[in-house]
Amino acid sequence: MGGSDQPIIKIDKVSKSFGSLNVLNELSFDVEPGEKLALIGPSGSGKTTILRILMTLETIDSGHILVDGEELWHIPGNGGLVPANEKHLHHMREKIGMVFQLFNLFPHMTVLRNVTAAPMLTQNVPKEQAEKRAMALLDMVGLADKADAKPAQLSGGQKQRVAIARALALQPKIMLFDEVTSALDPELVEEVLNVMRRLAEETDMTMLLVTHEMQFARDFADRVLFFDAGRIVEQGPPKEIFSNPQEERTRTFLKKVIAAGHAI
Amino acid sequence: MEWDWNFVWDIMPQLIDGVIITIKAALMGSIVAMIIGLVWAILKRSQNKIVSKLTGYFVEFIRGTPLLVQLYFLFYILPDLGLLLSPLVAGVIGLGIHYSAYTAEVYRSGIDNISKGQWEAAKACNFSPRQTWSHIIIPQAVPPIIPVLANYFIAIFKETPLLSAITVLELMNQARSVANYSYRYLEPMTMVGAFFLIISVPSVILLRRLERRYSRRA
Repeated sequence: MGGSDQPIIKIDKVSKSFGSLNVLNELSFDVEPGEKLALIGPSGSGKTTILRILMTLETIDSGHILVDGEELWHIPGNGGLVPANEKHLHHMREKIGMVFQLFNLFPHMTVLRNVTAAPMLTQNVPKEQAEKRAMALLDMVGLADKADAKPAQLSGGQKQRVAIARALALQPKIMLFDEVTSALDPELVEEVLNVMRRLAEETDMTMLLVTHEMQFARDFADRVLFFDAGRIVEQGPPKEIFSNPQEERTRTFLKKVIAAGHAI
Repeated sequence: MEWDWNFVWDIMPQLIDGVIITIKAALMGSIVAMIIGLVWAILKRSQNKIVSKLTGYFVEFIRGTPLLVQLYFLFYILPDLGLLLSPLVAGVIGLGIHYSAYTAEVYRSGIDNISKGQWEAAKACNFSPRQTWSHIIIPQAVPPIIPVLANYFIAIFKETPLLSAITVLELMNQARSVANYSYRYLEPMTMVGAFFLIISVPSVILLRRLERRYSRRA
């Protein structure tokens, strides 16, 4: 299980509805270990939902997801597969970290505690070791001097960099980035993107990124998936998707994004 | 009828015994109300629909029936079912459970103010449900509602004379027994009012301070 020659994420005919709204429509795709994937598309196309499903924040209606060789939403039982229990989900979440659009830092904790709480509580890492690792991560995101600050004292860009450090502290194999720069003032976007660039260069972590920053997606991703109406319309290396899109819907979307001022 | 200071000093020891019981009952009743109220608020948010529904009905039931009836039930009817409680214990449980129905609502408002993002971040950090409550939700939900909870403490304190109905020798009961054998009501009842004022006025001042402190934080 978890060998390097098999995909680290395998999404197989996953469907998901919210009431009468079909968000994902028999979606299937694989992600290779270490791959940097950009998910783009109009809002409501299901790209954020797939991240939330991988983080177990949303359930699936049908289909299967394998993460690191193990079923995410199912466990063996009754001679087949049954819905996963909390214990299994807890085990699976160890492999995955997520960074949110609105940061979601814990406001009652210091920056340092935000980063150390999860390793100490969920992985029983001793305090000293957790703090050492947290300081190294805060140093990596350029915020070692803010360790004792409260989140309310930070700018949006700083908050998001702490949130990245917090997710990394659990040493996940897969990192999910859900529109992590959308809530930031334009001048703060770059500092967050720089951290992600470094992360992509210095680690072999698998990274899935939902973004409207097309230029960043182009530089950062090994592969781009264009979503529309809960399906993948087109996928390929960023160069091909951005320079030579094959599908009409992809062209229309990219034109709109450029018109809205997002340079490619 | 003329005010008689000598009589006041004569009955003072008995009244002070009553004050001590009153404070004890109010403090312990409040602690029960604060703890059980939080339990209701958490159970009401349970994923298990049966648990959350039953909790909701039970809380409504407690809120919909008078405290005096509940006290009678605890003290005079439970013994028939084999559970004999001392007057003070029955009184503390009665006050605590009755007011837990109200503190539960206060906790609920505090919990509802926590954004969905906090729950999601807790999950992404792989906290267990218990860790999410104890490390993420409760530490954020409780400070803003401390003044409201303190208000209920004062309310509980002022409800303690009801415990005289189940023979708890709190201040009201002591004063009444003094009055009954001396046939003087003026001094005992005035002193009851005075004692309540002496305790509740500083409590209210403390409460205003709490309000200032926690509204600044929020």
